[in-house]
Amino acid sequence: MARFTKLRDAIAEHVHDGDMVALEGFTHLIPFAAGHEIIRQHRKNLTLVRMTPDIIYDQLIGMGCATKLIFSWAGNPGAGSLHRFRDAVENSYPHAIEIEEHSHAGMATGYQAGASGLPFGVLRGYAGTDLASITPTIKWVTCPFTNETLAAVPALRPDVAIICAQQADRDGNVTLWGITGVQKEAVLSSKYSIVLVEEVVDAFLPHTNGVVLPSWVVGDVVVVPRGSYPSYAQGYSDRANNFYAYWELISHDRDQFSTWMDEHVLGTSDHGEFLSSLEPSLLGTIDV
Amino acid sequence: MSNTGTNDSVTWTSDEMMTVAAARELTNGSVCFVGIGLPSTAANLARATHAPDVVLIYESGCIGAKPEKLPASIGDGVLSESADAVVAVPEIFTYWLQAGRIDVGFLGAAQVDRFGNINTTVVGEYASPKVRLPGAGGAPEIATSCSKVIITLRHSPRSMVEKLDFITSVGHGDGPDARKSLGLRGAGPQAIITDLGILRCDQTTSEFVLTNVHLGVDVADVVAATGWPLRQAKEVEVTPPPTDEELATLRSFEKA
Repeated sequence: MARFTKLRDAIAEHVHDGDMVALEGFTHLIPFAAGHEIIRQHRKNLTLVRMTPDIIYDQLIGMGCATKLIFSWAGNPGAGSLHRFRDAVENSYPHAIEIEEHSHAGMATGYQAGASGLPFGVLRGYAGTDLASITPTIKWVTCPFTNETLAAVPALRPDVAIICAQQADRDGNVTLWGITGVQKEAVLSSKYSIVLVEEVVDAFLPHTNGVVLPSWVVGDVVVVPRGSYPSYAQGYSDRANNFYAYWELISHDRDQFSTWMDEHVLGTSDHGEFLSSLEPSLLGTIDV
Repeated sequence: MSNTGTNDSVTWTSDEMMTVAAARELTNGSVCFVGIGLPSTAANLARATHAPDVVLIYESGCIGAKPEKLPASIGDGVLSESADAVVAVPEIFTYWLQAGRIDVGFLGAAQVDRFGNINTTVVGEYASPKVRLPGAGGAPEIATSCSKVIITLRHSPRSMVEKLDFITSVGHGDGPDARKSLGLRGAGPQAIITDLGILRCDQTTSEFVLTNVHLGVDVADVVAATGWPLRQAKEVEVTPPPTDEELATLRSFEKA
């Protein structure tokens, strides 16, 4: 059964140096607060997994927490590049980082295989691309029924998946809705999961595309209001698009990045303090 | 080379002309998988003008998105809140894209070559890139699984190149038979819309040839801005300039 705990304790107990960690989220519900806590606790040698690594992965990489990244699209959505990620790949700063690169369809297939307890997944993909030649985890299989050649990717099996969701109930069941990305698959493919929720409620309202994760497949549940900031939680907050534009400026310069991280992440004790440390104009809007 | 066009009293930028020309490629009622950036603006312009019944699908899982403001990213709330359905990301790539339910894939690119192959991965060597680009995202399977593909990007010798540094998404490979031998199902890229003109795929050679220049652009400008010896259609037409409605609609878009 899921355990209610504090974010600091969840990260301390379940994210270890050298772990494979997936902080998933597809624009919506990105677990920024957990990424910041991993940085505060100085985790090292992580293999980070994510379809769409964005600012929080830029911060983890720039702070030297990761030695490998498994991904399919690395950018600052709607704003530009991930400059700390690029500095690591292009200039080995702060140190070199190994990359394992897929397409979105390939990553989604790997998570589905992991969630399904299969060793690999198949897709009609990658044919004719150079991805197939530079990524050793893309291979080819022949369909035993039609003889068609299909791509195969190994199951993704992170040590820990960390996601955000809108709500948990008092038993630790979790629900999320809106753009739910690959979060369900990330939780079910991982050995342990940590779920950040906006609030705990007595009962869930049915949502048109709500995903419910039963308490017994959830590890830790942590209440962190606006834990996805500057991403958003549909029904609770809007995406702070101006933070993404702001990050383009901060992340461009190594020293400016370090100063910013010292002040706003290392210099704050939790997500509430982090939010309070920001210029109010960067905070975006909260739904009533 | 001017970065604006003009037609009597109306003036537009070359980017606006590109977006308008790209929007016109979408026919009403078609089902379109929309890439991030320029394609999203063009697809929403089409929906707001001549193609009100176009079905816009975003890789974040939004099917039939009808945003009132332009999404600032591919997973904005304006997409999920206006969609007919929102499905998980593995589902959008399997039941919807891979199964062949999409008519048009609409993609941007950092670089393309004469066969419509796309690079969004690196400039330079993969192992020690000069510029690390975002990578593949959904594009490789969009490029292979949709019935056809439209590409839009700004035209320059650095973007329209003789040889790609990396093939992220395959167009027509190395020529006419490549898609067939790779077992790809869709027809691949059929048009490349740039800020200077329109290139279309020659059905015999699979090479992209210049069929249109935008008003005020010379063929010689396009040839100079293309990194391969650009072939031209027998008659290169001038793209009709943006209409008042197209320009007004495009300019009324605000980002969410």
